[in-house]
Amino acid sequence: MTQLTDNILLDVSDLHVAYGKVEALTGIDLTLKEGKLVTVIGPNGAGKTTLLSAIMGILPSKGTIHFNGKDFISPEVETLVSHGLGLVPEKRELFATMTVQDNLLLGAFQRYRRGDKSYDQTLDEIYQLFPRLKERCEQQAGTLSGGERQMLAIGRAMMSKPKLLMLDEPSLGLAPLITREIFRIFADLRSQGVSILLVEQNARAALKVADYAYVLEGGQVAMQGPATELANDPKVIEAYLGFASKHQELLSS
Amino acid sequence: MNFQIATLLGQDGLTNGAIYALLALSILLVFTVTRILLIPLGEFVTFGALTMAAMQMGKAPNIEWLLLGLALIDCALDLYQYLKHRAESKKLKVIALKLSYVAIMIGLLNQLPLSEIPMALQVVLTLCLIVPIGPIMYRLFFQPLAEAPALVLLIVSIALHVSMVGIGLLLFGPEGARTEPFSDSNFRLGSVMLKSQTLWVILVSIVLIVTLFIAFERTLYGKALRATAVNRMGARLQGISPIFAGKATFALAAFIGSASGILIAPITTLYYDSGFIISLKGFVGAIIGGLVSYPLAAFGAIAVGMIEAFSMFWASSYKEIIVFTLIIPFLIWRSMNSHNVEDEE
Repeated sequence: MTQLTDNILLDVSDLHVAYGKVEALTGIDLTLKEGKLVTVIGPNGAGKTTLLSAIMGILPSKGTIHFNGKDFISPEVETLVSHGLGLVPEKRELFATMTVQDNLLLGAFQRYRRGDKSYDQTLDEIYQLFPRLKERCEQQAGTLSGGERQMLAIGRAMMSKPKLLMLDEPSLGLAPLITREIFRIFADLRSQGVSILLVEQNARAALKVADYAYVLEGGQVAMQGPATELANDPKVIEAYLGFASKHQELLSS
Repeated sequence: MNFQIATLLGQDGLTNGAIYALLALSILLVFTVTRILLIPLGEFVTFGALTMAAMQMGKAPNIEWLLLGLALIDCALDLYQYLKHRAESKKLKVIALKLSYVAIMIGLLNQLPLSEIPMALQVVLTLCLIVPIGPIMYRLFFQPLAEAPALVLLIVSIALHVSMVGIGLLLFGPEGARTEPFSDSNFRLGSVMLKSQTLWVILVSIVLIVTLFIAFERTLYGKALRATAVNRMGARLQGISPIFAGKATFALAAFIGSASGILIAPITTLYYDSGFIISLKGFVGAIIGGLVSYPLAAFGAIAVGMIEAFSMFWASSYKEIIVFTLIIPFLIWRSMNSHNVEDEE
């Protein structure tokens, strides 16, 4: 590719991940430019979650992960977090027996450790974004509803002020109205200049908010292109969007 | 039994109970964060007491060589990893810092007139010698096994305990030792005589327990350790490394262990192998707390101290049996009440 390398935030090249002998990802190339929202869509078992886990360092991988000006090969999670990568995992991984506020504050642990005291301000911003969390700030995270948990997981990841926020199936198990709200927040975040890598099953909604999209199939990139083009691509419409799923589009409006 | 004897026994029970409570809390702390049952905790108690005793006899305690040996192995491993992975150059600085710390400690021990310096300084020196052994132990023996099942961790923990008892014999010899009390005065409360060391033990225990509580409930570092215990992957994603958490809890456990040793050394004679039975009683307390609840564990540990003291009066040859039998009804009660809760989500 002939893009300028200085504004490329994440560049994954030839990424392989194997569960034992079974290869889950076979040579993925993926690029994300600063300030863009890139989405990865695809059917169940295509390797979407595996891809995020490998980029984050949760799974051992082969191939180079170039992030924020540095090359990593099968890195440690903590190293990437300290370089400004944030992940909202599919399982949320909240601290269930701790309060909402503590969950959020722990998201800023790296900043606290570096001596950055401005995280209180970020906390206020997140409470503004999710007023629901402020109402429940003293409640234990385990007592929240599904949508609130998702908000908390996103808020916690944002507390570290990541350069790149990766989200794994943020709409999973959420009611349509809440999904809509969450997608609206992604659009907001993007307009604030936060780079986002979004993995979604909800393809239509994802394509609507994204700048660029990758379609993953069987551990490989099957298609890629600007999100608006893919959304109108007959193959994508047939395989993932379908004419019947028109209602999904409403979710992102 | 008259009132006088009862108060004496009560005093004894409370003193021991306070120590057991401290140990129970550190066992619990280490277990919740790392899933390791820290059997060698008792060795930190004896090492603390015997190091202190050696200093008061004017000898440089041999534990400096254990610290040096472990630190060298640790640094060698760090260096190997640095060369293999070409990690950040920060690592080299850390290695240099570690080695110079050990060198300074050894220098101090051999230059200072150890038996003449104020007792407070002896205490600080003892702690400075023993506390670093905790995190190094974690680094050498447990960190490579962090993902192993709890049973493997338990076996390693037992092995470590056995070798540390042996090392204790090597470093401190078979003689028991007792140290001078922190202060000499006795207090009289009505008709009851209070030994000042008893007050020291209770006071320091309370201060430590309260400090621990504040550290864990109020500071972000404490919360980070708790978070590791609650959700390991969640913590990693916030950049809280389980390695950091493991080292921090081991340092805390080594600190509490050796501090307990220093506290009780003036009251009882400790031998190189006395630690096990002491930490085992702390463990009984922790079991009463179900290895989860801090206040219950502290309460259980104090109960253990009390029962031990009073059974010493009525059936002194059976006192250990009585204390350890105590665990059975609690285990039965626990197993009847517990329902395996699946991890949420």
